[in-house]
Formats: sequence, structure tokens, C-alpha cells
Amino acid sequence: MSLSKETLMEMYLRMNHARLFEEKVAYFFSRGMVHGTTHLSVGQEASGVASCMALEDGDLASLTHRGHSQAVGFGLDINKMMAELLGKETGYCKGKGGSMHIADIDNGNLGANGIVGGGYCISVGAALTQQYQKTGKLVLCFAGDGSANEGSFHEALNLASVWKLPVIFFIENNLYGMSTPISKHMNITDIADRAKAYGIPGIIVDGNDPIEVYETVNKAAEGVRSGKGPVLIESKTYRWLGHSKSDAQAYRTKEEVQQWKEKDPIARLKKFMLENKIATAEEIEAVEEQARTNMENAVEFANNSPEPPVESVTEDVYA
Amino acid sequence: MEMKEMTYKDAINLAMSEEMRKDKNVIFMGEDIGLYGGAFGVSVGMFEEFGEDRVKDTPISEAVITGAAAGAAATGLRPICEMMFMDFITIAMDNLVNQAAKMRYMFGGKAKVPMTLRLPAGSGTGAAAQHCQSLEAWLCHVPGLKVVTASTPAEAKGLLKAAIRDDNPVCFVEHKLLYKMKGEVPVDDEYVLPLGQSDVKKEGTDVTIVTYGTILHRVMEAVEAVEKEGISVEVIDPRTLYPMDTETIVESVKKTGRAIVVHEAAKTGGLGGEIAAMISESEAFDFLDAPVLRVAGLDTPIPYNRNLEAAVAPSVDMIKDAIYKVMNR
Ligand SMILES: Cc1ncc(C[n+]2csc(CCOP(=O)(O)OP(=O)(O)O)c2C)c(N)n1
Ligand SMILES: [Mg+2]
Repeated sequence: MSLSKETLMEMYLRMNHARLFEEKVAYFFSRGMVHGTTHLSVGQEASGVASCMALEDGDLASLTHRGHSQAVGFGLDINKMMAELLGKETGYCKGKGGSMHIADIDNGNLGANGIVGGGYCISVGAALTQQYQKTGKLVLCFAGDGSANEGSFHEALNLASVWKLPVIFFIENNLYGMSTPISKHMNITDIADRAKAYGIPGIIVDGNDPIEVYETVNKAAEGVRSGKGPVLIESKTYRWLGHSKSDAQAYRTKEEVQQWKEKDPIARLKKFMLENKIATAEEIEAVEEQARTNMENAVEFANNSPEPPVESVTEDVYA
Repeated sequence: MEMKEMTYKDAINLAMSEEMRKDKNVIFMGEDIGLYGGAFGVSVGMFEEFGEDRVKDTPISEAVITGAAAGAAATGLRPICEMMFMDFITIAMDNLVNQAAKMRYMFGGKAKVPMTLRLPAGSGTGAAAQHCQSLEAWLCHVPGLKVVTASTPAEAKGLLKAAIRDDNPVCFVEHKLLYKMKGEVPVDDEYVLPLGQSDVKKEGTDVTIVTYGTILHRVMEAVEAVEKEGISVEVIDPRTLYPMDTETIVESVKKTGRAIVVHEAAKTGGLGGEIAAMISESEAFDFLDAPVLRVAGLDTPIPYNRNLEAAVAPSVDMIKDAIYKVMNR
């Protein structure tokens, strides 16, 4: 197996960070400290984190509006993420982006996107840079099931395919686009089927199984890096919480949500490590404790950070 | 300065080719721009010189052409893209407006998006409603984009080179009727005209006309006619439509006391209104002897029929009439 203990423990830490981050954001939101909107990814941590863990240094990623787990998975600093959510100057975007625009371009993070499907074309362009400059790096393009009905999905997959660009389209199929179930927004059950139309591989993974996600991305990355062109991975998963800030969730049943909670990706990784004697219960608890401490520190960092000066409102429109 | 006579479209070709020779990170993409040389033959020969890795034929996919340019630009390349017709930016708009234009600001100043989008625009070719629009005002309404247009071959070269070297997304509007226009163009491969600088095309004392693109040449015709009648007109070409060098315009209006804006784009919501408002908010207001007039395209789609098409854009007579009006003649 390609996964070392070290990688697994780091994956576990990041998945815990991701879950705790969302819990904090939900709390801040309820207190009116985070404004605008946020799309929480609780339940999708294996998709967001394990996929990124399979990347190499120098690989890039573009994230979705539901991007906190993806950002944490990519290795972004939770202090700067939390500061950005609180609109602080120390945030990733100096408080100008917020939840939907967390980005770290210098380190290959092409940003979350407030436009559904907005990451497809950007990712294709970033992959073109990698191909042209022969960097050997690839782009992991996150997207949601609903976004696969945007025109950009089709334009991007087709171009990436004919140009054999190093990009993995990683679709987190959480069965709904806002309130609309996939059965009402496309006439197929597997988005991976669409890959065929572009002459590229379409692979389905259990998006709540971190090991499977990691190994699938890892394997796909090999072919992508070697110049075989893009791959579409459909990660079947589920969001536990509502779509965004106010969602009565009339479109789904409590039973359905409960069924998916039983497939908790974090609990699953813990079980995997215990059953395979990769780590002891104490070691695992220590990681959980570490994650909680780190998150408290992130909150403190964010709370203690200054607001951006009002004069900065006109800065950075142009380079 | 050593000069060579060439067409506007060859000047554009030259600007792109020179920049590609200088900087390996400059690439060019678009629909049928390779062997075919582009819908208007602008890039003829570039495929042969630079090869398919740098002159890239794309599928008919305006959204991904534009979005991929943004993604490539944000990660280190300097792509130039050709939209076959400016009209097709409707399909590229999300990637242009919500992605390329926003990245730098919304990411806290950390991204640079040095891309150039070339946009063949304008009427007069008989291509009718979906292939003849002048949509530059839309683009000027999006902070984060720069909008540039050139009215002569030399400026096409100098301004396009500046656009390619600029670290921001630049929309470069090329009026299709200018492609065949000939003019003297500096051969120096460092001939670059700064963005954000208006050009005084002709000095004068009685009226200031602000105009750009093909219509500028029609304005010149009108000006020549009225000068024979003793009216002295100053003609200013902003060249960079956004962010515009308004100072040159304000200074000119302070001198002449009268201003007219002329453009081919539809009047309502066009740049004419913006420039008129800018003048009335400026210190030039106190110097005005007449209201600022707009001579612009009719608020209609571009029709096919030759006579109807001609009726949509400002004519020499309409421009002359506006001059007489502000002069109270
Ligand atoms: C172009 C665009 N259309 C609509 C929206 C509003 N919107 C935000 S998220 C969303 C649902 C997206 O569904 P999906 O791609 O499945 O992602 P998920 O929210 O399930 O993670 C919608 C409709 C948007 N942000 N952008
Ligand atoms: Mg969804």
C-alpha cells in the first residue's frame, strides 16, 4: 500500500481540521460574526482532503464554493483561512475575498470560486501552463455535481482532452445542487459517464472512503503527469448540513441524512487505522486533541487580527 | 524613426510576433488562428513561425478560451486570445468578468493576470446583428479590465505591444473596417505606446471632439470640412477607454469651451454619456459654452441592408451638424 503512517496521520489531522473549521464557521455565522454566506463541507472531508493529499509539491488546485475542506486538504493555513472568514487583514485575501474566494495563487491554490463551474476553465489554463513549461505538475480541479450542467464543464473537458492537458476534474457528487436532486438535473446517475463524450477516463470513487479517494487520485495522477491527458473522477459523497446559511432542507429526509452520517469519513479513517494497527487509540486521540488546539489558536489569531484599513478598498484593482 | 508602410492588420500581426519572439511565455490562442490565419487573416504566417505549441487553434469554445487564458496568465504565461468577433464575448463573459477581472482584487492583490483579449468589432461589413457590435462600454464598466482601442496601424502596433506587456487583463478592440487601412508603422521592436494616455490627433481652439476607432476618420473628414468655414476643432483619441486619461480631455475643454463625443456604439449606456458626465463633474464645466453633445450609434441592432446599416452609425453630416450646433451656427 502506498500510504505511509505519516501520510495517514496527516490526512487524519487535516480531516479533523476541516470538520472543526466548519463547526466554528457555523457558530460564528449564527453569532453574526461571519457575514454573507458560507457553504459548509461537513461530511465531504475525505473528498476534499484525501484527494489533495495525493498531490505532489508544486501541483495546483482550484476549489469550489464549498471549498473549506479542499483548502485545508491542500495545506492552507487554518489561521489565515479563519482570518479571511472574519474579514481580517491577515486573511488569505486581506479580507476582500471571504469564504468563497480563499486563494493562495503563489502556492498553486487557484482559489475557491463563487461561480458554479467557474473553476473548470481556469484549471484548464493553469494546466496549459504546466504543459507548456514542462513542469511535470498537474491541476486538481474540484467541482460539484450541479456544475456539470454548466457550459464551461463541456468546453473545459473537451479542450483539456484534445490538448492532453494535465488536469484531474474531481467532481464531488453530493447528490444535490442546492435543493435539486441529481435525478432532476441530469438524466444519468453517474457523471463519470460524461467522460466518454470527451474521450477521457471517467472513474467513480466512494467519496467517503479516504483511502479509496487517495489511491484513485494517486493512480490517475500518474497517467495525467505522463501526458496521457485529463481524467474525470466522480466522488460520491454527501453534505450533512444545509446548502448554505438558510436551508430548511425540505427536499430531503432526515433518514437519508442519517444514513449518510453513518458513513462518516473521519470515523472511517480512524477505524481503518485502528483495525490495521497503523496507530494506537492514544496516538489518534493525540491528533484529535492537536486539531482542537490548532483550531482554537486559529480562532484566536483571527479574532486578534486587525480589520483591513478602509483605504485598502481601492487597492489591488490592477497590477 | 525608421518606418514601413503596412496595413492595420499586419501591424497587429507584427506586434504579436515581436512580443512572441522576445518572450517565450507569450502564446496565442483562438479559433482558426493557426494555418488558416484567423477569420480576418490577422495571424497569417504566425503558425509557421512559432509552431502549434505557441499558436494554438482551439475548439469553438469562447468560455474556455478566455478562462484558460486567465488560468494560464495567473500561473505564469502571457496569453493573447482572439475572439473571432467581439460579439462572442457574451459567451466568454463569465470568465472575463467574474474570473479574469476579479482575481487580483478578490484574492487580496496576490494574482497577476497578464492576458490580452483581441476583439474584432464594429459594423460596416454587412455581417448584421450578431457580428457587428461595439460593446466596449460593457467592458469599461468592469473594474479590473483595461480596454484599449487603436485607430491607426502605428497605434495598433504600439498599443497592442503595451497590452501584451501589461500585467492585467486587457481587452483590445479592433474595428474590422480598419484592418485594411494602410499607414506608416515604426519598425523598431521597442516601439510601445503607453496605456492610459490620450492622443491629441489634431489641435484646435473652438470645439473638442473625443472619439476613437473607425469613426475617428469620419470625424477627421467632418473637421476638415468645417475648418474651411473657420471652425477650429481639437480631436482627442483616448486610445485607452478604461482607465481613461481624462485630464487631456478636461484641459482641452477648458480651452475650447465646447465638447462632442462621437462613437459608433449605441448611444444609450455608451461611453459618450460617461465622458459627458466626467466633463460636467470636472473643472471644465465652468468653461462650457454649450451642452456636451453625443453623436453615437442608433439604439438598434445592426441591420443587414447596406443603407440601413449606414444609417445606424454616425455620418460625416451628423458630426458636422453637432459641430454647428455647439457653435450656435
Ligand atoms: C453560475 C452560478 N449559478 C448559480 C449559483 C448559485 N449556486 C451556488 S451553489 C449552487 C449549487 C451548486 O451545486 P453543486 O455544483 O452540486 O455544488 P454543491 O453546492 O452541491 O457543493 C448554486 C445553484 C452560482 N453561485 N453560480
Ligand atoms: Mg452538489
